[in-house]
This record gives sequence, C-alpha cells and structure tokens, in this order.
Amino acid sequence: MNNRQKISALSMMFRILKRDITVAWRRRSDVMSVFFFFIIAASLFPLGLGVDLKLLHSIAPSVLWVAALLSCMLSLPRMFETDHVDGTLEQLIISNQPILLVAMMKMLAHWVLSGLPLVLIAPLIGLQFNLNMEELQMLALSLLLGTPTLSLIGGIGAALTLGLRGGGVLIALLVLPLYIPVLVFGSGAVNAVTMGMSASGGVALLGAVLALALIFAPLTASYALKISVE
Amino acid sequence: MYWESMSDFLHMGGYGLYVWVSFGITFASMAVEIYMLRSRRLSNEASNEKIKGLL
Amino acid sequence: MNLFKYASPQTFYPLAGKLILWFAIGAAILILVGLYIGLLVAPTDFQQGDSYRIIYIHVPAAWFSMFLYVVMAGYAIMGLTFNAKLAYMMAKSIAPTGAMFTFVALITGAFWGKPTWGAWWVWDARLTSELILLFLYIGYMSLQAAIDDTRRSDRASAILAIVGVINVPIIYFSVKWWNTLHQGSSINTSGSSMAAIMLQAMLIVAIGFWLYSTAVILTRVRREIEERARNTAWVNETKE
Repeated sequence: MNNRQKISALSMMFRILKRDITVAWRRRSDVMSVFFFFIIAASLFPLGLGVDLKLLHSIAPSVLWVAALLSCMLSLPRMFETDHVDGTLEQLIISNQPILLVAMMKMLAHWVLSGLPLVLIAPLIGLQFNLNMEELQMLALSLLLGTPTLSLIGGIGAALTLGLRGGGVLIALLVLPLYIPVLVFGSGAVNAVTMGMSASGGVALLGAVLALALIFAPLTASYALKISVE
Repeated sequence: MYWESMSDFLHMGGYGLYVWVSFGITFASMAVEIYMLRSRRLSNEASNEKIKGLL
Repeated sequence: MNLFKYASPQTFYPLAGKLILWFAIGAAILILVGLYIGLLVAPTDFQQGDSYRIIYIHVPAAWFSMFLYVVMAGYAIMGLTFNAKLAYMMAKSIAPTGAMFTFVALITGAFWGKPTWGAWWVWDARLTSELILLFLYIGYMSLQAAIDDTRRSDRASAILAIVGVINVPIIYFSVKWWNTLHQGSSINTSGSSMAAIMLQAMLIVAIGFWLYSTAVILTRVRREIEERARNTAWVNETKE
C-alpha cells in the first residue's frame, strides 16, 4: 500500500468522465441515434406544415425545445445501464469510490454526448423554421443552459428506475413533470425574442434552475443509486 | 335561504350545467375512491380464503 | 402514554380501525353542512353570478391536493430518516387521495373558468404547476407499481416524492410571482377579501375534506398493513 499514488479529486473526475465517454462512444449508434432523432423530429414539422413560413416561425421555439427535450430523454435509460448490467456499478458502490463523483460525471458525459450536440446543431435546424440570427442565438443559449439541467434531472430518473422493466416510458413519466419548467423557461426565452421583448427573465430562470439542479441532482442520484443497487 | 324556488336553485342563475356537472364529477371521484378501497378489501379476503384452502 | 408504540404497524392497525368510522361520519356531516351554506344560504357573486359557487369544492380540493403532497413528502422523509415501515405505508396510502383531489381541482377549475373567463384551460403558471402536481402523483404511483421489492419501492418512491415537493410552493406562490389569469389569493393571514359567509362555508368543506382524507387514507393503510403481513405470513407458513 505504500506506493499508492495520490490521486486528486479533479483527476479522478476526469478519469471517470473519460471512461464514460469512451464506453458510450463504443456504442456509437446509440449516441448518434439521439442526434439524428432530434434532426428528424424537428424537421417533421416543416415537412408537415408545408411552406407557411409565418406559422413555422411562430411555433419554432416550442417545437425545437420539445424535440431537444425528447431527444435528451431517449438516452436516459442508458446512463447507468451499461455499468449496472455488468456489475461495475455495484462494485463502485461497495468500494470506497465516492458515488457522488460517479453520478456527476455520468450526467456530464450524458450531456456531452446528448445535450451539447443539440446546442450545436439546433441553430442549423432553426434555419428551416425561418428564425433570424438573434433568435437562433437565443435558441442556442437557452439550450446551452437548459440541456445540462435535463441531463441532471434525467440522471435522478435513471438512477431511480435502474434495471426496471418498462424502462424508457417509466423514466419519461417520472422526469417529464420536472422537465416542464425548463421547457417553459427555455422556449419562453426564445419566444420573447421572436416577439421583440427581452429574454433576460427566461435566461435568468434557466440559470437559476441549472444552479439548483447542479447542487441537488448528483446528490439525489447517488442516493437513489445506492437504493436501486442493494 | 337565498333561492326563491327549487328550479331557481337547480338553474343556478344560468350556470346550472357547469355547477352541477363539476359537483357531480367531484362526488363521483370520491365514490370511485371508496369503491376501489372496498373492492381491494374484498379481493384480499377472497385470496386469503384461497391461500388458507391451499395450506 | 407512550405514543411511539403506534409507530409499529401492529399497534397502529387496530387504532386506525376504530377511528375510521368517526372520521367518515364527521366528513359527511361537515361537507353537507358546508355545501348547504355555500349553495343555499350564501348570496350570489356580484361579478360572476352563481357559477362562483364551484369554489366551495374547487378551493378546498386545491388546498388538499397541495397539503396532501406535502404530508406525503413528510412521511417519505420520516421513512428515510427512521427507516420506519409505517411511514412509507402512510406515504403510499396518501398518493391516490392526493391525486384524486388534484384531478377534482383541475376539473372544477375548468368548469368554473369556462363561464367566468371564457376558457376551459389556460397555460398560466398556477394551472400548469397544478397539472404538474397531478403528473407527480401519477409518477410516484407508477414507480411504486414498477418495483416489486417492497424495500426498494418504498425508498425509491420516497426520494421521488421529496424531489417533487418543490412544485408545491411554486403552485402556491405562482399567482404572486407571475401575471396570471387565475385570481390572486383571496385568503391570507392578514385577512380575507371575501364575504365572511363564503369563507366560512369553504372552510367547513375544507375540514370535511380533511376528515374524508383521513378516513380514506387510514383505510388504505390498513389494507397495506394486511397485504404486507400476509406476504410474510404466507412465506412463513410454507417454510414448514
């Protein structure tokens, strides 16, 4: 035990994050399918509604936000699944590893792979809806603040429903009530810009919800993981 | 008594439908809740009898 | 008198059994009295006409949808802190009644909204968060139904209940924080802007609902105690 290397918390967090992203990336199709779901789902609306640009413009914030929300939700069951299935999660909990860090890094990994791509691609999709530059910027900003919250809250749902049958639908049922405020604030911010009003209120609320989620979600999820695994 | 007659009461100043349907749904919900508790008890007792018969 | 002995399901069971009938009778009396006053004695509303009388159900139901959720979350905290089975059983028994009152609050609200403000539903802060409350109750019950292991089910749903409790203050304060169609609070600690007799009728119905809830919830806890005891007894019987 005397040549055990001293590992700082930060480097441990980075290692866990790197591991989770690597493991998830090995199942690239899962990651990409979320991405493509968003693109397809959002594009259904212009396809369905035809060339009524004004209508598209008015529904764009809500449609894009709902599509982003559903895409984030799609990959939630897998957040802890791979580690749970092969027993790694149980080992982590039994050992000295702080579950809090594990939960936090898994949520971060989820966001990097499911949320961040949406932030980057949404403005491009938004062009289909005839949104202008200012609106697209607010869309990106609101998603940037909102999608981490979705990953954080979604992580609680994933931890609670670990290994249960009914998987994705059950997570949706648990997590959607908590997602609704994020949706309302996020699409509200973009809607405000389309109407020429200030979106600072919506952005502030998104930030506040993100801060709250950052504080409480990893703690709650790690507690839930212990309950689900034993 | 605020009302002049029974039909005035049922009419509720024109809003009778809204008032009575909402009251009806409320009491129906409470009745359903009580009924479901009762059928839970009955089915429990039935399966208890079954289990006792098996032992 | 040692009250803590009632924390055990075995001692609580007969106590609950004795109390239920009294709560039920009290509930029936108070609800009927409250509605008698509200429907037959109270004057009509100057602006809204007689459609306002729906509030004698709507407001108490809304109060209880929130109050029961908070109590449920309280029992969830108790269960997690003391690992007390009865606390978990109480939380589990509260949920269906809370969901029922939330449903009633939403429906009666819609029936009141249509004649008064012309809309069955609006997406303002209070209505939306009350709808979220209904979803939270349903999510809680669904999670419990999905988990077979009682211990895990109790504890996981307890966490869910506690996470959701943040919604209740949002419902309560939403009329103050946002410009909404829903009317502002007419009742607060500094007095009321409502006619005295209307307030009295509403409070009587509210207490009636409280007695009703207690009767129903205690009945449900007894069913829960029976079912859990039966499962262990069945297992013990077959060991021979």
